[in-house]
Amino acid sequence: MLYYLIKRLGVAAITVVIAVSLLYGMIHAVPGDPLSIVLGPRATPEMKAALNERLGLDKPFVIQLGRFFLNVTQGDLGTDVFSEREVSEIFFSQLPYTASLVFFAIGWSALLGIPLGCYSAVKRNSFIDKLTGVFSVGTITIPSFVVALYSLLIFAVWLKWLPAIGAGKEGDLWDQLAHLVLPAFAVGLGWVGYLARLVRASMLEVLGENHIRTARAFGLPERKIILTYALRLAVLPAVALLGVGIGYMLSGAVFAEIVFARPGVGKLIYDSVITRNYPVVMGSVIMTTIIFVLSTTIADLVSAFLDPRIRENL
Amino acid sequence: MTENTLEKPKKDTSVFATLVNHMLKDRLAMIGLILVVIITGSAIFAPYIVPHNPNKLNVRHRLKAPSSEHLLGTDQLGRDVFSRVIIGSRVALQVALVSISVAGSIGLVLGMLAGFGTKWLDSFLIILFDSIRSFPTIMFALAVVTLVGPSLNTVILVVIVTSIPVYGRIVRTQTQAIIHNDFIMAEKAMGAGKVRIILVHILPNVIGPLLIIASMDIPVVVTIEAGLSFLGLGVRPPTASWGTILNDGYAFIRNTPWLVIAGGAPLILTTLGFTFLGEALRDVFDPKLRREV
Repeated sequence: MLYYLIKRLGVAAITVVIAVSLLYGMIHAVPGDPLSIVLGPRATPEMKAALNERLGLDKPFVIQLGRFFLNVTQGDLGTDVFSEREVSEIFFSQLPYTASLVFFAIGWSALLGIPLGCYSAVKRNSFIDKLTGVFSVGTITIPSFVVALYSLLIFAVWLKWLPAIGAGKEGDLWDQLAHLVLPAFAVGLGWVGYLARLVRASMLEVLGENHIRTARAFGLPERKIILTYALRLAVLPAVALLGVGIGYMLSGAVFAEIVFARPGVGKLIYDSVITRNYPVVMGSVIMTTIIFVLSTTIADLVSAFLDPRIRENL
Repeated sequence: MTENTLEKPKKDTSVFATLVNHMLKDRLAMIGLILVVIITGSAIFAPYIVPHNPNKLNVRHRLKAPSSEHLLGTDQLGRDVFSRVIIGSRVALQVALVSISVAGSIGLVLGMLAGFGTKWLDSFLIILFDSIRSFPTIMFALAVVTLVGPSLNTVILVVIVTSIPVYGRIVRTQTQAIIHNDFIMAEKAMGAGKVRIILVHILPNVIGPLLIIASMDIPVVVTIEAGLSFLGLGVRPPTASWGTILNDGYAFIRNTPWLVIAGGAPLILTTLGFTFLGEALRDVFDPKLRREV
């Protein structure tokens, strides 16, 4: 396990280094003066000189990249072109909004998706099972921003059940939760179908295994077999995939935050793209990439810990 | 010779028969097929179907509710939304076709190289693939758009870069599964060169799964294009795309909901249609792939 741990962390580190290098290298791949590209149309000569000093753009590319990494490892992601605030400070001030959105989205999709998958595996070929099948494919494929727009239209504009925009009043927990419902619905809906499908497949596999047959032969009640023995094993693959899920939900969060005018990382990046504030865009994309790689790595480690067979396949 | 002529048609009809049988039994696959035919049909024949010029402004008739003249109403510039929805299918399918075929070809070459080449090359390509996959797609797209500016070509570029690893990985897995077969060993023993093995034995075997995965990727690409255009970072106005229709509709969602409904519905139908059809094709031609996706 220790060998796997070191190897997996090494792979994760290399992945992040290459990803960040690609992102940094893109500045040079685009035709034109890198300084104007990074600072956007509103750059003054002083700003250009300061950035040139900071990044050392006149030095060879490898040295620039080295410097850039040195800054990133020290937590310095650069500064906002306009407000001159630290990018890391801006990013972390927005992260809690996105984190709570992703957390609630994962929560409700797991609470609905896992029982649904379990039920349709147990009652195979029943009406509910077939319905779940269609529902899963549907929710996985329908774009999350269409779900966001339609739910905004139906629940906020027409029915007026829930607030349409913003993140709720500071300090008012109920108001903040009410503002989370629709965005979390839109971000999590696809994952409900995905989890249901996954749990159904692994549940069917588990139910055919010998120890379940033995439990049946001992005359244990079916309910007990399913809930105590089978479900625990069937949920494992779903847990392992939550890491990947976080990455997909971060993408979904961009749209949900824009549609519902919620503060958050996605909104931050989008606003910075519109004002061509590249340091903020690059810093935030690097941070989300690191979060994504970290969550998939942790998920891999957890599943390797639970299932020794995985450790051999790296 | 005679053996060949006897064997081949029999095999073809049986695969075709399985497909038809499956389609007839599987109602979802049938719905998928019908949707795909309608959508590709309207993309191909768009100029003949549209009742109005999709880009013609008519400010006096702006934001009109659906009527017999304007089936889906008009937008904030008085353009006929129904015509824009029809013509929007062209952008969606064009992006899907161009980017998937380019990414598929590059992924095919790189994947076979990774699967067939030295261990060093394999590890290098795999780590490169994984690094590209470690950007959430939309985040990567936002970074690229900031640098090169929004356009249809930027969308296609982003989709190509982010899809190559997906195809590359599938092709690599398939290639590795094949080269360890006995018949490849026999070929090698008889003195066959690498080029022959790749072109004659590996290519025909990996291209099937690749095509299935590629067809199932169409809804994903359509979603990315519409998503970026919805954010105002994809197709440039006045070109109609389902994403730009949604973007227009979002601004007027309180009073003119038909814009959002009209932009979202074709997206839902397209993604569902291609997915239902793609899953049926996969189940018929290569059920093993089910686990890998």
